[in-house]
Amino acid sequence: MEDYLTIVREYDVLGAFWVNIQLAFWAAILSLVLGSALALFRISPVPTLRWLATAYVTVFRNTPLTIIMVFITLGVWGQLGVTLSTDFATNFFRLAVVALSVYHAAFVCEAIRSGVNTVPLGQAEAARAIGLPFLASARLVILPQAFRGSIAPLGNVMIALIKNTTVAAAASVATETSSVMKTMIEFHSSHIFAIFFTFAIGYVILVTPVGLLTTALSRRLAVRR
Amino acid sequence: MDHDDATPTTGPAGTSTPLGPPLVELEGVNKHFGDLHVLRDIDLTVRKGEVLVVIGPSGSGKSTLCRAINRLETIDEGEIRIDGKPLPEEGKALAKLRADVGMVFQAFNLFAHRTVLDNVTLGPRKVRRAGKKEAEAEALQLLDRVGVRNQASKLPAQLSGGQQQRVAIARSLAMHPKVMLFDEPTSALDPEMINEVLDAMVALAKEGMTMVVVTHEMGFARKAADRVVFMADGQIVEEATPEEFFTAPKSERAKDFLSKILTH
Repeated sequence: MEDYLTIVREYDVLGAFWVNIQLAFWAAILSLVLGSALALFRISPVPTLRWLATAYVTVFRNTPLTIIMVFITLGVWGQLGVTLSTDFATNFFRLAVVALSVYHAAFVCEAIRSGVNTVPLGQAEAARAIGLPFLASARLVILPQAFRGSIAPLGNVMIALIKNTTVAAAASVATETSSVMKTMIEFHSSHIFAIFFTFAIGYVILVTPVGLLTTALSRRLAVRR
Repeated sequence: MDHDDATPTTGPAGTSTPLGPPLVELEGVNKHFGDLHVLRDIDLTVRKGEVLVVIGPSGSGKSTLCRAINRLETIDEGEIRIDGKPLPEEGKALAKLRADVGMVFQAFNLFAHRTVLDNVTLGPRKVRRAGKKEAEAEALQLLDRVGVRNQASKLPAQLSGGQQQRVAIARSLAMHPKVMLFDEPTSALDPEMINEVLDAMVALAKEGMTMVVVTHEMGFARKAADRVVFMADGQIVEEATPEEFFTAPKSERAKDFLSKILTH
């Protein structure tokens, strides 16, 4: 037991979780913005925009995150030289956020679209009938109801996103949890189970509130019809 | 086609005001849903101040006709003009036209996430760019007129169907429409709530609003309509005053239909 405590103190476990939390925070914001825009494209009356959004979702939803992560670092940064910060570590952190965002935006788009499907067609017709153009009726009538209907599926996307931040290891973010865990196990293999459970339970504690919160929110904000 | 082209120039039944110039004109309108020919060569003119009731069996195209007038349904052929101007295809011009054409739906379609008051002020504020204060003042007046002012701060789901439909009428009126379309406004209501909605509509008719009403409510037709149009299989089969139509229908199709709805 004492051994275990020494090991945990030796490594910055909480700091590692903090890195994943930050990755999740920024990727959540960016993917929600990008995903909402994509969802808007998908329901828009312009065929080109619909096609664009569909193509995006098809590509990113069906590509493994690790591959996107590696491509962003080796391809976009390594080959194309796109740099997001002069600081080496910050640069990789931001590249990882970009990879996480573009990947999860596809899922956010689908979650919102499932929310749009909960809004009866009559709502859109009534909005058009009082003279609201497409964007105004989307912003004032359709999307506010769609968001409420998509809180539960969005919660699932966010849960996946939090856990998927560990894939940032593939983008050389070495301070995040899975990388730290690997190092710890490498040097203290006799404590492999204790170390493993430390991180596993850490994630359960981190993720559970998100599920509870979104379930409660989706109930409270449900649009009564 | 048993089709009466003569348009009455004075409003017979409810109003005694003379009818104005043509406001809604349909010319050679055709529409298909796949193989189904839902509107066949529809020619129809609604004059300013006229109350037109469209009646007919389900599937006769009457709802489609009503929805085509503000282009919630597109048409394949023909022309629809409002106030002399052809319906725009899409975009800003169409939105602008829709603002001038009120629509009341069978399912009310109140914005479910907004209060009754917000439902009525949304159009004036976002489309007409009215100020919050004046929009709310007028909305309360309109809600008062249809008898639901005390529900202003509630959500639509907290209201009865009849109350919701009256809010929907107030929401349309808030846009100061040139013409109002009613697509079976009482068909989704419990029987005891039908009259409160019809009363609001009759009052509107008496004030001279131009109305196109798809309904089976003969009481309303007799009380408020200037003209009844009977549709079957996508065609206008008969046009007459309510009195003529209900007492002495000319076409077999109308006789058959009336005998079915009048027996009980």
